[in-house]
Amino acid sequence: MAVAPRSETSQTSRYEATQTEWDRIANTQEFKDLMATKKAFIVPAFVFFVLYYFALPVLVGYAPQFMSIKVIGNVNLAYLFALSQFFVAWGIAWLYVNAANGFDKLAKDIIAKAEKSAGGK
Amino acid sequence: MSTPLAMFLLFIAITLGITYWASKRSRGASAYFAASRQIKSWQNGIAVAGDYMSAASFLGIAGIIAFQGYDGFLFSVGWLVAYLTVLLVVAEPLRNAGKYTMADVLAYRLKARPVRAMAALSTLTVSTFYMIAQMVGAGALVALLLKDSGISFRTAVSGVGVLMIIYVVFGGMLATTWVQIIKAILLMSGTLLLSILVMAHFGFSFGAFFDAVAHVTYHDKGQVVVKDFLQPGLRYKPPYGPLDLISLGLALIFGTAGLPHILVRFYTVPDAKTARYSVVWAMILIGSFYIMTTFLGFGAATIVGRDFIATHGGTNMSAPLLAQSLAGNIFFAFISAIAFATILAVVAGLTISATTSFAHDFWTNVVHRGTERKPGEEVMVARISAFAVGAVAIFVAILLGPTANVAFLVALAFAVAASANLPVIVLSIFWRRFNTVGAVSGLAVGLLASIGLILVSPSLMAIDPPTVTGTARHLFQAKAWFPLENPGILSIPLGFLGAVVGTLLSNEPSAESKFNELLVRSNTGLGAEQAGAH
Repeated sequence: MAVAPRSETSQTSRYEATQTEWDRIANTQEFKDLMATKKAFIVPAFVFFVLYYFALPVLVGYAPQFMSIKVIGNVNLAYLFALSQFFVAWGIAWLYVNAANGFDKLAKDIIAKAEKSAGGK
Repeated sequence: MSTPLAMFLLFIAITLGITYWASKRSRGASAYFAASRQIKSWQNGIAVAGDYMSAASFLGIAGIIAFQGYDGFLFSVGWLVAYLTVLLVVAEPLRNAGKYTMADVLAYRLKARPVRAMAALSTLTVSTFYMIAQMVGAGALVALLLKDSGISFRTAVSGVGVLMIIYVVFGGMLATTWVQIIKAILLMSGTLLLSILVMAHFGFSFGAFFDAVAHVTYHDKGQVVVKDFLQPGLRYKPPYGPLDLISLGLALIFGTAGLPHILVRFYTVPDAKTARYSVVWAMILIGSFYIMTTFLGFGAATIVGRDFIATHGGTNMSAPLLAQSLAGNIFFAFISAIAFATILAVVAGLTISATTSFAHDFWTNVVHRGTERKPGEEVMVARISAFAVGAVAIFVAILLGPTANVAFLVALAFAVAASANLPVIVLSIFWRRFNTVGAVSGLAVGLLASIGLILVSPSLMAIDPPTVTGTARHLFQAKAWFPLENPGILSIPLGFLGAVVGTLLSNEPSAESKFNELLVRSNTGLGAEQAGAH
């Protein structure tokens, strides 16, 4: 039955540290660089997709005449704009996956240093 | 026994048989919820897609598009774009910092008992709402298949509901996981086949297809009307339609990131990178599926027609009826069986996340302060709560009746998730000052606001003329106090406000001092739960 078991993962290899150690890592230049790099991608990407997405209900709701303009045969602007949302979403996901490979590299260095200073675990 | 019914039962038997066979063979699946965290990204992607594409997607969206055209397609768009919120904001931090449930991440730096209690309550609420829609869909489907035998919607819902819950409770996790994967594959191929048949009907000419969509004929109040179904505004009409559309959009794109049964999936993979790729896999499948709702919905509108669907099972039956009119009874039975497997798989996923949360977060951690008193007690509590959740969902589904559109019902579950769960997840990851009082008040305000506004919305509150009887009558006979069908636009900000005000009114230094630990863990994966030795 569906109950998540609680302690079956091996806890032995898990990294543990004191409060001061976490604070120290959070204040290192490497960690600040990682956060800045992530923010530089995620914030603009998030703002862009939210604006692009809400342009659809706003335009469809408040400018239905404009959105009913037929572009190709009977296919109107409203349908094409809705369809474009799928490709834009896939595109942003693809850009994010590429950018996130860079985050992983920075994070790897931070993890390596932290584990080293914890005693070469 | 009618031919479609016999075929339907045969397809269901085959599906369940494959499920059983696969679950016995696969060692991978046996480890699924056994915390081995070894699920591959594409497998998890299929499972996420399977959990996500419910009766609402297959039966509901096709129905809304068939009846109200373009406006229904906006559900499809919102439900895909929602995954960007999951991908950019919640998936990786949750995987890095969490263990088993949403509440684990909240409990990291907050007081465990009050937070777990509230999180369990909101998980149960969201899951129940979601399940109500599935029960309505399943009941309508079975009532349609059995229409010659005189079995009522009420009997169909009760029977099907009880069977599903029994399947989940006694079939266990092995069968449930595999029914998810098999269902996702069946649903994708069934939808693709239907789309191809729709295009074949129009001689594979997009011009002819969209020409028919632009001239849909049906009867409205005794009059013959011809409408352009690509034109927006058939469902969301002024004065409140545009606002309702924005409210729906908010609920859809911020609700997914607060759905307990989706979030749980990210704990089954080895690391954040796999979680990320599994979201991408899910987006490919889900997006392709939702683009094809164009053919299902508009196909049903043009080939079957509103008039026929309305008198043969209602909006939710648009896709199965389309299959029947394109390729006869066997294909109808096949598509119905896929819809049924879809519902079964989603009910299974929901039941599991709801009962896990109740048994693990509430019973063991809150009531018994973290220790199981007797071995197996947690499993027993989970089984009992599965029946309780199922009973509530069946009861409400009967009250709503077969005509309630299931996509619309599920959108309400998303509104509850976006208002209660999302604010506390986001704030606990990103806001240093956030604390226990904030989390509890955010969850409570979001839950109460979204449910309260749904109760006084036009869907449940309106004055019916005396000619309207039975389940078609609104629950409260008065003018709706809240003019929008979907509460998101007001309840999501209220959920955030509750969390922020609660936080500012109290002081919890330990929650603030542990923020750096959560920040480092969630952003780097340092000390994350590892894939278990297997």
